[in-house]
Amino acid sequence: MNPRRKKRLIMTSGILAGIALATGLVLYALSQNIDLFYTPTEIVEGKGSEKQLPEVGQRLRVGGLVVPGSVTREGSGLSVAFNLIDVGPAEITVEYEGILPDLFREGQGIVAQGTLIAPNRIQASQVLARHDEEYMPPALAEALKGIQHVPPSQWQLEEDDESSDEDQESSGGYYDR
Amino acid sequence: MWRWLHPYAKSEATFALNQKLLPWFLIPGLLLTLVGVIWGLAYAPPDYQQGESYRIIFVHVPAAIWSMGFYVSMAIAGLIALVWQIRTAEQAVLAIAPVGAVLTFISLFTGAVWGQPMWGTWWVWDARLTSQLILLFLYLGVMALYVAFEDERAGGKAASILALVGVINIPIIHYSVYWWNTLHQQSTITKVITRFESPSIAPEMLWPLVVNIFAFMGLAAALIIMRLNNELLRREIHRPWAQKILNTGDKENSDAV
Repeated sequence: MNPRRKKRLIMTSGILAGIALATGLVLYALSQNIDLFYTPTEIVEGKGSEKQLPEVGQRLRVGGLVVPGSVTREGSGLSVAFNLIDVGPAEITVEYEGILPDLFREGQGIVAQGTLIAPNRIQASQVLARHDEEYMPPALAEALKGIQHVPPSQWQLEEDDESSDEDQESSGGYYDR
Repeated sequence: MWRWLHPYAKSEATFALNQKLLPWFLIPGLLLTLVGVIWGLAYAPPDYQQGESYRIIFVHVPAAIWSMGFYVSMAIAGLIALVWQIRTAEQAVLAIAPVGAVLTFISLFTGAVWGQPMWGTWWVWDARLTSQLILLFLYLGVMALYVAFEDERAGGKAASILALVGVINIPIIHYSVYWWNTLHQQSTITKVITRFESPSIAPEMLWPLVVNIFAFMGLAAALIIMRLNNELLRREIHRPWAQKILNTGDKENSDAV
């Protein structure tokens, strides 16, 4: 390699390494601010090495899994409340009034945006479902996870669920909320 | 390295190499697209959670993978252009950029279409979506810088520098879903390479996806080769070798008619 090309190669890789280092430091400094959401544990116990707690009244997002059995509806409206958990034992209660996304169900990962109204309570203005990276056909999911997929054309009203017997029991999966 | 690169500094040699390579990308690319699209959209089973909507993966994932893959190849061409000062490498940067930009746009658009019913929003400023948007701007920036100078060599140099510097965004895009909390799910299939984990997708969905990934590579590479050859011919249109190719091309066409 002739000296001129060598010099250019060294200069280019030097600049590249410098920019990589700078970007790395910036991202490291911003690492906590780039997170899209707090986890329930971070809200209850504090975030980062300084254990900083979010203040009541702060607008934030919380992400976690919907605790099975915690979904409660008030009246006949769209008001719903549920608990979120990540690694436990901390749980956050989310109150929401509006239409939940298709993927919402117990055990599902969701992200809620809203205002912290008490140290462990959030009034959400938006609820987003989070999908995991697993893809499988319905038969496999039923065998592995006991979740049965019901295509929209075969959805049944909740009144039917109550009147029928075991074969409806097994549809306690995705679309049954 | 120089001895290996050196012949392709001549447009004529690059053109001849490209002509030889083109069918090896174009024909498998077209065939695999046909197989992959029909297999993925019509025969692969529906997903247990998302039903039929998950089928967007057969377009979204290949486009996203190659939007990053071709960026890396563009950056390598940029490095060669800067260090060895080879003009054909600058033209390769220009040939790759629009194809990569379209792939990036496809990945963003299909992701938004999928996100609306699945997440409940078509866009969110999480680390994955934002870094992919930056990738689109990098591609557009490379294209804009190339034509922003009166002198083509100066433009080529500036575009190569941007292409090279922007390569830092590639690991950020890939690892964004691991480094930070994001709404976007973690990787299903590229983790085979980067994390040595087995893909979390059922085999009857994985195979059409793999076919589509190779189909996108073949088609995009073929487009890039065609773009590069057009550019090489255009730049040296008055040189004897280009005239010879253009004339024989004309003759073939007139024979066919």
